[in-house]
Amino acid sequence: MAEPFVFDVASLALAAPECFLVALGVLLVCAEFLFPGQRLLLPALTMTGILTTLGLVLAGSAGIGFGGMFQVDGLARFFKVVCLVGTVFTVLLSQRNRQVEGMRHGEYYSLLIFAVTGMLVMASAADLIVVYLGLELMSLSIYCLVGLLKHDLRANEAAMKYFIMGAFASAVLLYGISLVYGLAGTTNLAAVSAQIAGRDAASEPLLLAGIGLLLVGLCFKVGAAPFHQWTPDVYEGAPTAITAFMSVAPKAASFAVLARVMLAGFLPIHEVWAVLVAGIALLTMTVGNVIALSQTSIKRMLAYSSIAHVGYALLGVLAGTEEGLSATMNYLFIYAFMNMGAFAVVILLAEKGQRRESLDDYRGLAASNPMLAALMLLFMFSLTGIPPTAGFIGKFSLLMAAVHAGYTGVVVAAVMLSAVSAYFYLRVVRYMYMDAPAGGKDVGLSAGVAVALGLAMVGVIGLGVAPSALVSLASQAGIGFP
Amino acid sequence: MLTLPKILFAYFAVMILGLAGAAVTRRNPVHAVLLVLAMFLHMAGIYLTLGAEFLAAVQMIVYAGAILVLYLFVVFLVDLRREVQSERFVDWHSNSFLVALLLFLALAYGVGRAQVEVPDATAPAGVLHLGVELFTTYLLPFEIAGIVLLVAVVGGMALARRDRAATTAEEEVR
Repeated sequence: MAEPFVFDVASLALAAPECFLVALGVLLVCAEFLFPGQRLLLPALTMTGILTTLGLVLAGSAGIGFGGMFQVDGLARFFKVVCLVGTVFTVLLSQRNRQVEGMRHGEYYSLLIFAVTGMLVMASAADLIVVYLGLELMSLSIYCLVGLLKHDLRANEAAMKYFIMGAFASAVLLYGISLVYGLAGTTNLAAVSAQIAGRDAASEPLLLAGIGLLLVGLCFKVGAAPFHQWTPDVYEGAPTAITAFMSVAPKAASFAVLARVMLAGFLPIHEVWAVLVAGIALLTMTVGNVIALSQTSIKRMLAYSSIAHVGYALLGVLAGTEEGLSATMNYLFIYAFMNMGAFAVVILLAEKGQRRESLDDYRGLAASNPMLAALMLLFMFSLTGIPPTAGFIGKFSLLMAAVHAGYTGVVVAAVMLSAVSAYFYLRVVRYMYMDAPAGGKDVGLSAGVAVALGLAMVGVIGLGVAPSALVSLASQAGIGFP
Repeated sequence: MLTLPKILFAYFAVMILGLAGAAVTRRNPVHAVLLVLAMFLHMAGIYLTLGAEFLAAVQMIVYAGAILVLYLFVVFLVDLRREVQSERFVDWHSNSFLVALLLFLALAYGVGRAQVEVPDATAPAGVLHLGVELFTTYLLPFEIAGIVLLVAVVGGMALARRDRAATTAEEEVR
């Protein structure tokens, strides 16, 4: 049993970004009914708050607080930055998306902020109880965000499905946590790791069951096969800005937990769970890339593409090395830019009463709107992993890490499936450039979406041409590999 | 040796399993909820035999008292007669049964093989001790749980409140 923790200011200082976000969330709830007429106040407040939090995260010092429950290190900081960048994009996309979909909720921004708070807690969680509570804080906020379009049947279905499946996955995760606690006698990840290191895990089926259940719960949250079934329906039904958010930020936060639980907690028995993760990664890449081929809705296609990308990102966790972890982190950061860019185009094309989510709506886009088509081309190239875009750098470093760790078979499969993915990404490009336009596409530009598109473009090209800064930042984030 | 605690445990364990099994197989939600209520009371009984009086009280008040009543409210809001006759939401009955059975067998095998150290039952476990732990060792989880409840309130409000825009649109139609 650890020394009883007595509250100190140092712990509070470590959690400064989280505390700030909670205050911001409460402020947003109040601002909504104090100034109901102000349309731009809430997004402006949210954006300022997120940028301040980003500053607090970057300026904060490393350390362990709250009696070993809360840890700020390179890993936590990096994933917090990814989550916050994803949120910046979401806020930029929200204004336009909310107008088009007719959503007028002040709670939108406060729920978004609470979801991000949960993610930051997850990234810093060094104890399984904190992991679980951070995850619940995040999930609960997102269930509500998905269901905010109350008069849209699709959104109702999505929210209901996500809620029921998510609650079930949380229960499975909690079951796993309780088994691990029962066997290790502690929920602290470092202590669990020390406990397990001396044991022969293969002869303890209950420990394996606990790890397995934990893995199932986390794989649901990142959307890895075979726990991905909720993804397409929820992505399609949710407001597009929230879909974009869900495909980036919660995934990054869940990967932070996955990395910390698997690599900080269970690294001593890496070879035992690596088989499982290899199978999951392989299945996820296959399911995502193959089913994406037959999609006709761009939102569903991007949903399956996000499943496939989770499969790639899992390769770094599978490797179980410093190199693998930093490759996963890089990849999620790059993925935030390219995916947000693609969703920004989807949002910009939608008009009131016209969703324009079918792939056919992209026919001839290059003729009517060359600028937008060129950007979509860039994002599709990056999602495929074609150099010199950032997507190539990300995928390349992941595959290298997995090869160095000795998982050549999985890497070969990943490369082949990556070639499959070229078909459905480049099909969008073909529709845009080689087909005749179907009907006029007057695209009303919005300042927020334009900034988001610019930011995504700079990210995809900049990280592709000069990735060294990002790579060095991610490689500093080691969590003490032996 | 058949001692009283063992007999009590056997009674509670058998009842819990039986009631839980009965609850998930009922088609009528009211019956299921009432069976779950009885199961919660038996779980409180197990906590009592372990010397965790506070946990037993919380189990009665929070689960049996508050949560079950909430379930009943939800059940009352649903049109029961139609609901009982309607098709199942998910039509994979045999598959899910198979998966559940396999999971059960795997876990049962694991539990049978596990060597778990029984925690020291003489450790202080009163309300005072619990409160001290909650505000020292578990301060951070406690605070996060508070924020989770806040989100539940805000989210519930956002989802349950009538849309101002939608209301005006409806009035215009009238």
